[in-house]
Amino acid sequence: MTKTVFEKNCKMNTLRYLMVFALLTALLIAAVMISVNTGNVDISPGKLCHILFFKEGSVDELNIVWKIRLPRIIMAGLLGGALALSGFLLQTFFENPIAGPFVLGISSGAKMAVALVMVIFLKCFSRVSSWTLILAAFCGALFVTGFILAVSKVMKNMAALLVAGIMVGYICSAVTDFVVTFAADSDIVNLHGWSQGSFSGMNWANVKVAGIVVIISLFLAFLMSKPIGAFALGEDHAASVGVNVKRFRVLLILLSSVLSAVVTAFAGPISFVGIAVPFLVKSLLGTSKPLMVIPGTFLLGGVFCLFCDLAARMAFAPTELKISTVTSFVGAPIVIFMLIRRQRRRG
Amino acid sequence: MEKAYLELKALSVGYNNKPVVKDIDFQIKKGEVITLIGPNGAGKSTILKSLARQLGTLSGKVLFQGKDLNCYTGKELAEKLSVVFTQRHDPELMTCFEVAALGRYPYTGRLGILGEKDREKVLQALSQTHALDIADREFSRISDGQRQRVLLARAICQEPEVMILDEPTSFLDIKFKLELLGILRKMARERGITVILSLHEIDLAMKISDRILCVKGEYIFSQGTPEEIFKEETIRELYEVKAGNFDPLFGSLELQKTLGKPEVFVISSSGKGIPVYRALSRRQIPFACGILYTNDLDYQGAKSLAVQVVTEKPFCRITEENFEQAKDLIDGCKRVVNAGVEIGEINGRLLELIAYAKERGKLDE
Repeated sequence: MTKTVFEKNCKMNTLRYLMVFALLTALLIAAVMISVNTGNVDISPGKLCHILFFKEGSVDELNIVWKIRLPRIIMAGLLGGALALSGFLLQTFFENPIAGPFVLGISSGAKMAVALVMVIFLKCFSRVSSWTLILAAFCGALFVTGFILAVSKVMKNMAALLVAGIMVGYICSAVTDFVVTFAADSDIVNLHGWSQGSFSGMNWANVKVAGIVVIISLFLAFLMSKPIGAFALGEDHAASVGVNVKRFRVLLILLSSVLSAVVTAFAGPISFVGIAVPFLVKSLLGTSKPLMVIPGTFLLGGVFCLFCDLAARMAFAPTELKISTVTSFVGAPIVIFMLIRRQRRRG
Repeated sequence: MEKAYLELKALSVGYNNKPVVKDIDFQIKKGEVITLIGPNGAGKSTILKSLARQLGTLSGKVLFQGKDLNCYTGKELAEKLSVVFTQRHDPELMTCFEVAALGRYPYTGRLGILGEKDREKVLQALSQTHALDIADREFSRISDGQRQRVLLARAICQEPEVMILDEPTSFLDIKFKLELLGILRKMARERGITVILSLHEIDLAMKISDRILCVKGEYIFSQGTPEEIFKEETIRELYEVKAGNFDPLFGSLELQKTLGKPEVFVISSSGKGIPVYRALSRRQIPFACGILYTNDLDYQGAKSLAVQVVTEKPFCRITEENFEQAKDLIDGCKRVVNAGVEIGEINGRLLELIAYAKERGKLDE
């Protein structure tokens, strides 16, 4: 192959990346539009535009759009992106594509911590701030990650690691259920909905907090794309080109824990997004260049969760499904497909 | 004395505080090709890993350009030293170009975006290792030999002063083995890059290395130039080969000779006997040879493989004593093979020997 052919192929690749990002952006816009426009109360598109751009309309409709639908949509987008990104970082860390916050039990750990803190704080102070919940979720996530890491020191086998993760997940879920069962009646409504996983009941204060944490984490993750790329050939290789492997690993774990903590603190556990989305993005882009995959993962994670949330809200309206019901329904087959394809490739 | 470029001082290497190789003292000059040889599990990789700082040293130290290796930052070291290890990784959806381009890591900016110059260097390295034609292919879908080329290109475009390679020739076919060692040799000579590698193929080690380090047991078994190392006894002892022979002249190993009363007598000269020796050895037929001049091409092979060899000093007429001995051997054998002889002014008696065999109906041409 000559150099000119190679250069031409590179241009083709760039074109492909551009097209994928254009597609993802279009999907995001579509998802937001449809979501704003869909709900138990019908609002005509014309009215909707007025409400959105001029804040004009009846008080009820204004409230529905601005206080219920918009915060929920933005949160679904942000947290979906965060979840997918957290999965991608964990996959880099464990050098395995089926690692993710949910299968490794990290989401469940965060969930348990949040449930405990919520019950205790509501009892003692009768209120609990978003930051406290995030911090609790972060501690829970770190705790489980630490445990998984300890296990991975003993057992190098990925299957064993996954089983350990799933088991920890079950234990944490059991504790959470226990807490929920014996929580005061007034908390239960809140706690129950949340521990099942849902984007409902978000407000602008939530959006602000989650927005700050997620955007900063996304930015940091993007800055780490260079060492993440070097990690593709393994830890020894990364070290040999000058990556400070220890610091890199710590950062990776902290970031992925923060991201899955934010998601869990606000929306509860959401399954399979962390594995399915990075895989889809890599397949779409045809590359695993972190510089492309990180923003791509974030975007598609947002789009994925927006559509899943839409389905959760609308499929059996007015009954709302758990978000995990939908993400599992869509995500799990993708993961199975991914595993089969990998196996075939290895042949 | 020339100051050592890379110096190993009383170095002990190993895992979990258990030394594998102890007290290594060795000095390497810039631009040298150093090969580590030794039996499997002797600690060649352990030494290389320690030199590449992937493994902490247990005691002693490594001085690189007069500075302790541990005092270099990761980036400083990455700009001076690159590594080709055999550990297998299957990065998904990465082209060979992208894998090779990872070698530019120390030189690219915060986000690792390749500049025009970087791309140029990667392509150059790929063409040096004859991997340009697979630059666009997915790395996880190419053959082991192709992988090795790409990984070598990766190490080259890192523009190191020292390259460390752990058994770079495994998985390679003969053609690329030679190409690879040629590339290394050229880099050492033309760019003054110091190459430290481990090899299984001692014949190749002999040809490429400036100096050789034999690793065996807990200590360095011996070190020196190929001429010093490649003596039959050294190699035999290093690898503990009892069942076989190392030929220091050609760097080749022969299987153990078939012992017993010679059944075949081989007459040959100028290398024509070697295929016959090998064929007989393969069938486990004990044989004798003669009459060979000790400077004949066939001589080393005969010594390694034949039960008995009748020899004559170079450029001398064949003595009566040797002639009679050969006749005796022919009498004891069932067959005589004439693999082809060059007859000159002084070795005419070989013809008599052939005629003698023919008279007795034992001769195969």
